[in-house]
Amino acid sequence: MVRNPKLIAVLHNPIAIAESIQQRKRWEQFFILLGWFSLLVALLTLVVLVADLLIRGWPLLNLKFLLSPPSSDPEEAGILTAWVGSLLVILVTIVVAVPLGIGAGIYLEEYAPKNWLLDFIEINITNLAGVPSIIYGLLALGFFVYILKWGESILTAGCTLALLILPVVIVTTRESLRAIPVGIREGAYSVGASRWQTIFDHVLPYSMGGILTGIIVGISRAIGETAPLITIGALTFITFLPEAPIKGEFPYISFNWLWSPFTVLPIQMFNWVSRPQEAFQINSAAAGVVLLVLTLLVNSTAIYLRYRFRKSIKF
Amino acid sequence: MVKPTEEAVVTQQEPLRKLAEVRDLNFYYGRTQALKNINMPIYEKKVTALIGPSGCGKTTLLRCFNRMHDLYPGNRYEGQILLGVDQPRNLLEMDPIEVRMQIGMVFQKPNPFPKSIYENIAYGLRVRGIKDRALLDEVVERSLRNAALWDEVKDRLKEPGTSLSGGQQQRLCIARALATDPEIILFDEPTSALDPIATVSIENLIVELKEQVTILIVTHNLQQAIRVSQFTAFMYLGELVEYNDTMSIFTKPVEQKTADYVSGRFG
Amino acid sequence: MAQDSFSVKTNLPLTLPSRTVRIWRERVIAGVLFLAAISSVLTTLVIVYILFSETVIFFEKVMEVDRVSLWEALVEFFTGTDWSPLIEPLGIGILPLLAGTLTTCFVGLCVAVPLGTIAAIYLSEFAPAKVREILKPILEILAGVPTVVYGYFALLVITPVLQKIILGVQKFLLPGRNEWDYFQLPGFNMLGAGIAVGLMVLPYVCSLVEDALQAVPLELREGSYAMGATRIQTALNVLIPAAISGIAAAYILGFSRAVGETMIVAVAAGLQPKFTFNPFEAAATTTAFIVSVSLGDLPHGSFEYQSIFAAGIMLFFATLFMNVLGYFLSRRYREVY
Repeated sequence: MVRNPKLIAVLHNPIAIAESIQQRKRWEQFFILLGWFSLLVALLTLVVLVADLLIRGWPLLNLKFLLSPPSSDPEEAGILTAWVGSLLVILVTIVVAVPLGIGAGIYLEEYAPKNWLLDFIEINITNLAGVPSIIYGLLALGFFVYILKWGESILTAGCTLALLILPVVIVTTRESLRAIPVGIREGAYSVGASRWQTIFDHVLPYSMGGILTGIIVGISRAIGETAPLITIGALTFITFLPEAPIKGEFPYISFNWLWSPFTVLPIQMFNWVSRPQEAFQINSAAAGVVLLVLTLLVNSTAIYLRYRFRKSIKF
Repeated sequence: MVKPTEEAVVTQQEPLRKLAEVRDLNFYYGRTQALKNINMPIYEKKVTALIGPSGCGKTTLLRCFNRMHDLYPGNRYEGQILLGVDQPRNLLEMDPIEVRMQIGMVFQKPNPFPKSIYENIAYGLRVRGIKDRALLDEVVERSLRNAALWDEVKDRLKEPGTSLSGGQQQRLCIARALATDPEIILFDEPTSALDPIATVSIENLIVELKEQVTILIVTHNLQQAIRVSQFTAFMYLGELVEYNDTMSIFTKPVEQKTADYVSGRFG
Repeated sequence: MAQDSFSVKTNLPLTLPSRTVRIWRERVIAGVLFLAAISSVLTTLVIVYILFSETVIFFEKVMEVDRVSLWEALVEFFTGTDWSPLIEPLGIGILPLLAGTLTTCFVGLCVAVPLGTIAAIYLSEFAPAKVREILKPILEILAGVPTVVYGYFALLVITPVLQKIILGVQKFLLPGRNEWDYFQLPGFNMLGAGIAVGLMVLPYVCSLVEDALQAVPLELREGSYAMGATRIQTALNVLIPAAISGIAAAYILGFSRAVGETMIVAVAAGLQPKFTFNPFEAAATTTAFIVSVSLGDLPHGSFEYQSIFAAGIMLFFATLFMNVLGYFLSRRYREVY
């Protein structure tokens, strides 16, 4: 049916076909090399980064470094107040962000009518997820520190980071809820459960894996976050620990620590890396190792959990 | 497996030429065997229909012809699919890209590319590196005419292929397959996603196209097989139960299974 | 028999709370959940309120100190090339900060966009399942590295390497000069910081582009392969056009990330505002300026205090614009398929 000899030559000439295939395959091989190169850059970044931190920070990586407060003498300076501060701030973050995030996720996925308000909230959450973290710092500075007069405290920092990771928790909660098939909901309704009973007894437990992953990813982000905390004025020289939350006498629990000034690991690292004296680079590297190990541990827990839940739950 | 009866072959007006032949074909998805020892001829410029209940392996067999299974890991072929009248070559031993350059395919769901109507048709030539505008123009017009779409779209070749209706999209996909002048075009249930009117136009097109090109069609619609095909293969559980000219399969099937299926007793 | 089942039914203990109690319980729960959902909107409102109110005070002070009208102050803000709000006469031109931000972002995107796209195409279309399973978690881990660590990396690893490379290239091209005649890359520079920003954004862009490619339906892929196309032809000619809005969203969101990145630039790009687009120089970005002011003692109500909100409002609206654009683009590609 094709009569144009030129066309027959390109479409049916075995030599032309073989040549075309060979040429295209060479280009494909070249692209695969490019792909490997791109991934190698990412991989190499990670390897060089970890190696440099380890080599530079090695002399300080010991228990004394973990248990000493910061000091103007680089050899004495440690990260005790920093990691205790990080721990307490993250505690506040979890207490605030988890119920708020899961609640919002449930409302948006299970209750909210599909209208402009839902659309608006959705765009709003997407935007909040993408707002630079330092903007949260400005929010905290203007609102928590000066309007609510919470000062530069652990409470302020925890709430700031909670707002920061809220979109992550909301989005993953929604995704996990959405993954539950309609059949399970209808099954619960058909035996007379109310909306909340259906959600609380069935939908929520089955989607807990995904939600947990989202929370952990959020926590890992909060651990490494620096900018918003600098903005609220946390870059101070803290050599003492906040008041312990558990006391010997009645009422045994104290919340005074919420109001104490603090420092956290990434700020301590920033503090050291931005000092002109080279000796502090070692401290900075050592703090970086601790910070990296911490976030990597938390992150890989999330990756592992997601992997496991994907494998184990099948609808 | 029953050979086509002698009289059926003799009653055709033109002498039949065997364009392709499946020989002792076995196919495995990983460990599961999906096709068991298939043997059948494909006659030139005829429509051969593959019928059978869901999961019988008819689509799997169709996709062996253009080596689509090579796209996914773990698939394995055994046996031969020979293509060519004079010097047959085994498709299963050729480069899959070379195979696909000679065998076109039309899918269940119309799948025009996110490009203009013109570029959709030109795609097969573009991937071969052809840039000659006059040549492309010629091919686009010829293919669209052959697919009975030219008059509807000749003034809107620059518009995206997805702007067409479902039936038009499927004819666009047929034109796209025709553009590279393939030896065989594979149709994988081409009308199952279309409305009845569009189905009629595609069926008429298939009947016309067999004057120019050999066609292999998978269908779960028995009436469609009767309407468009000259030969029919009935498959069941990965085996080819019966192959014959279409009239014989539907009027005097040899195997009991075939008789049960074409009379609607199962499937 | 029939009587038995009837009696069983009537003997069922009826401990259900009354209808009104149940209805109200459901309503209260729905209300509490609604409040949680609304918290995100409140966050945005508070952000906008704080940024606006402090920025208004900022401009009032400018008008008072420099004795100019609001219009003149605004013109100066958007077109001035001197940003020194801490020294009188007040320099309130935002351009130096924007120039710093744009330069580092540009360098960063030059790294992240090509590498991220190629890596995504490779992972999505070429990589065997095993390779994907190993590489994707590694990319996720890379995305989880705290940015202050990247800042350290930019300052203490990337910049020294760049310094050596730049010096080496000059010595090779123009041999035989005195050591100090060669251009020395300063310890703080936007190039090194920008590269680190790019490496940080890379996994993010890569995973978004990969998502967009994966969302392209299988029929389109198979349609292209059935025409005799190779994998790379399929990827470039069919998949990328099909996923184009998702890919555009990935780039925009990557850009938004780079614009908002703070710690890398604060550590490695310098803290002095300077109107320059030269990546070999040190200059503060918008975010780095906010950090540098926050580092000092920051009295509430001082002019420095308000200046960081004026800088922040620019940042907020720039990223807001990109995020919303990215949102609609990525929603479009989900709707098409």
